[in-house]
Amino acid sequence: MIKATLTGQRLVALFLLGWVLVNYPILSVFDVDRVWLGIPAIYLYVFGVWAAVIALMAWIIER
Amino acid sequence: MLTGTTIGFASFLYLLLLFAVAYFGDKRADAGRSIIANPTIYALSLAVFCTTWTYYGSVGRAASSGLGFVPIFLGPTLVVALWWFVMLKMVRIGKANRITSIADFIASRYGKSHLLGGLVTVIAVLGVIPYIALQLKAVSSSFTILTFYPAIVMPAKVDSVPWLADTTLYIALIMAAFTILFGTRHLDATERHEGLVAAVAFESVVKLVIFMAVGLYVTFGIFDGFGDLFSRAAQHADLQGLMHMGAGGNGYGNWFALTLLSMLAVMFLPRQFQVAVVENVNENHLRRAIWLFPLYLLLINIFVLPIALGGQMLFAGQSVDADTFVLTLPMAHGHGWLALLVFIGGLSAASGMVIVETIALSTMVCNDLVMPLLLRYRWLALQGQEDLSGVLLGIRRGAIVLILLLGYLYFRLAGEAHALVSIGLISFAAVAQFAPAMLGGMYWRGGTRSGALAGLSGGFAVWLYTLLLPSFAKSGWLPGDFLQNGLWGFELLRPQELFGLQGLDPMANGLFWSLLANIGGYICVSLMRRPNAAEAGQATLFVDVFKQGGPSGGALWRGSAQVGDLLPLIGRIIGPERARSVFADYARSRGVASVDVLPADAGLVHFAEATLAGAIGSASARVMVASVVKEEPLGLDEVMNILDEASQVRAYSKRLEEKSLELEAATRELRGANDRLKELDRLKDDFMSSVTHELRTPLTSIRAFSEMLLEDPKIDLEDRKRFLGIIVSETERLTRLVNQVLDMAKIESGHAEWHNGEINLVEIIEQAVASTSQLFKDKGVALEMNLPASVPTLLADRDRLVQVMLNLLSNAVKFVERGKGRVAVTLAQTAEGMRVDVRDNGPGLTPEEQLIVFEKFRQGGNTMTDKPQGTGLGLPISRQIVEHYGGRLWVESAPGEGATFSFLMPCGKSAETPDEAG
Repeated sequence: MIKATLTGQRLVALFLLGWVLVNYPILSVFDVDRVWLGIPAIYLYVFGVWAAVIALMAWIIER
Repeated sequence: MLTGTTIGFASFLYLLLLFAVAYFGDKRADAGRSIIANPTIYALSLAVFCTTWTYYGSVGRAASSGLGFVPIFLGPTLVVALWWFVMLKMVRIGKANRITSIADFIASRYGKSHLLGGLVTVIAVLGVIPYIALQLKAVSSSFTILTFYPAIVMPAKVDSVPWLADTTLYIALIMAAFTILFGTRHLDATERHEGLVAAVAFESVVKLVIFMAVGLYVTFGIFDGFGDLFSRAAQHADLQGLMHMGAGGNGYGNWFALTLLSMLAVMFLPRQFQVAVVENVNENHLRRAIWLFPLYLLLINIFVLPIALGGQMLFAGQSVDADTFVLTLPMAHGHGWLALLVFIGGLSAASGMVIVETIALSTMVCNDLVMPLLLRYRWLALQGQEDLSGVLLGIRRGAIVLILLLGYLYFRLAGEAHALVSIGLISFAAVAQFAPAMLGGMYWRGGTRSGALAGLSGGFAVWLYTLLLPSFAKSGWLPGDFLQNGLWGFELLRPQELFGLQGLDPMANGLFWSLLANIGGYICVSLMRRPNAAEAGQATLFVDVFKQGGPSGGALWRGSAQVGDLLPLIGRIIGPERARSVFADYARSRGVASVDVLPADAGLVHFAEATLAGAIGSASARVMVASVVKEEPLGLDEVMNILDEASQVRAYSKRLEEKSLELEAATRELRGANDRLKELDRLKDDFMSSVTHELRTPLTSIRAFSEMLLEDPKIDLEDRKRFLGIIVSETERLTRLVNQVLDMAKIESGHAEWHNGEINLVEIIEQAVASTSQLFKDKGVALEMNLPASVPTLLADRDRLVQVMLNLLSNAVKFVERGKGRVAVTLAQTAEGMRVDVRDNGPGLTPEEQLIVFEKFRQGGNTMTDKPQGTGLGLPISRQIVEHYGGRLWVESAPGEGATFSFLMPCGKSAETPDEAG
């Protein structure tokens, strides 16, 4: 039960982190004319954060 | 090549496959071997969130606003992280109270109110029917486009097809048939539909695989990978804007609003509630769904931007609707079969949504709209003994057909109008109105029925005015001047800039004002009075659902009832056979042999009501049960007393638990302390026996020689002298031993006297060496000294440190071989302090010996065979002395390689040692 609450708290923290990472103002930092790995920076950033959040959720829950 | 018949036939085959999957799922469920009882299927069924609006519409949005489609999926991804708490609680409440829809959830929470349930149903139906129409439109237009293959023609006017020749109508009817067949098989107390969920999960796989196949084809077949596609898009001036925020009105404020909106939608859309809460088999499935569902959303969106940009480049200058790129890109490259698959994928996205949404809405319409009306007019009560389950199922089936036909009608009437295109988000905003009453009801006891009513109706009214009516006006169904000039010419009432709020786009504006009205109304009106008895009781059931030993629903009922009244009542709704079997199960769980001897108490009434609630909703169940039992209404005070009592019992048992935990901890500590005491006692005994043993050895020899001198006067002088010499030396040893024992005891107890002063370790070493030089000489041992010229002084007891050095030196001499021994003394300054090493080339010590030499009365060498050469207290005392000054004394050695005894005196620290001598 204590472990489950800890997992829940980690997920809440992840929610807050994700919310901050893909909103103004941090999002505006990546709104630039630059291409990373052939992909426009903002596309790569948004999808990268998205994937990272999912990976972290999986890690928090399944470890 | 692809005629309407071919496509129709393919769709029909696909839907047939769907029937087969659902049939299989139901059969397996009946056999007790559920195929949906696993977390992956649960996560896939949640993906009913992705409708044709995702399948075709995301690309359309991306083509005009770049990343503008992302927040609709980012919101769910983020909010799912909170499901660990929120959705788990919702599922638990749903199971405990037999909740079957959002309307039922809200009605039940606020005192089983018919009015609230009805209001929620109306909002849900009005908000969602256009959304269903959107699905039908997507199916219809993709069908039309596909029939023109290989030419790419946009469907100009849908209503050019006569109604009865419209394939979409038949597809809608097949969907209705499917929903009726698998959604209303029987009136179940749990309202779960395993076959339907299996079919929805299957559809989720179909649409994902096909969409990704198209994405891969566009990215790697038409273009040469992501890099090629994006770099070519970057050369188009009009596409460059899509690679930034702000494209197509996609500003940060809008982005934030859409993220929030989709967070609420993914929890409160009727179909999401249906699959996530009502159809949940096991709440543990939530765990994996929390990351699998967002993963699905990510996968289905990876190729949206490539398809959108690719379509924009390839169809530049042609009038091809971006919403159709998924379909038209394969068509333009001559891949008719891929386009047909895309159509099937779109059909699966549409049918999954339509099926689950209609089943959820039909449950609401039946339980929260039609049933209350029937009850109000006493129609049910008058029908006597009739089995009503058929009537209820009929109402649901009628509702399903009606909802689908309404959706179809809306689609035919709205056509290409704005009211349909923008409806996805408007539907989201409608269901977002449920959030305050739902979330508030789960976490706040103070919410009341009037508060929820005020919040919902306020939010709904603002939604209607700021979002729905403007979309009607833009379609030309309403005069549009109130958009520009405000209602009755008041500019402050302009719906899309309500109260002069500018700078937000219409969606964000509407969401802000409607949620403000909603939350404000909910809180303010709730705070105007205390919750009444019914509200307080339900609030406890909802808010405290996780607390063990909380009051059950039965605790809040008083009156008298007859099994003979309740059983037929339940039988009328769910059928006499099923009623008898659930009552028999209940009797067994109460430990009663048969239904007839069941005590007709509050528990039974609660059970009957819950069973009914599963079939007809909590509010109607309350009314029906109340009609056959005699109830004494409980006042608020009584309810509060019962709840207080329950919470006191809970608090008491919690305190008891804490106390017993404390006791356990105390017992553990006591046991540990006792063990330590026993150990100390044993050590003391050991010490005493060692001391007495050590004392007896010299005493014995003193006594023996004294007796010889006493009894035999004839001993010659030479022997007398020798004997007396032995007696003297043994007495000295005895004195030394006694002194050391006293010394040890003093140091250990902290009563030793320490005469601290400035000392120089070089001087100490030299003094000790001088004192032992005779020993070295006698045994022929070479002594080597490595002392630095100058060292910092320490504050310590000079005599004690000399004692330590003497001890180490005499030990070294003792164990080296006569004539060949070498002893080296080294003094060095290290970071930790002054370090003294005394190294010898004696026999060395095994690791075990290294440990025991520091124990009292333990000596190096074999004590069994060798004559003891010391008291066995030297090293323990030396260690105590060094440790008193915060230093360390240790040995490093290996057998045969000599031993190095070292000690370390910290610099500066010794000054802090209190001078106990004063």
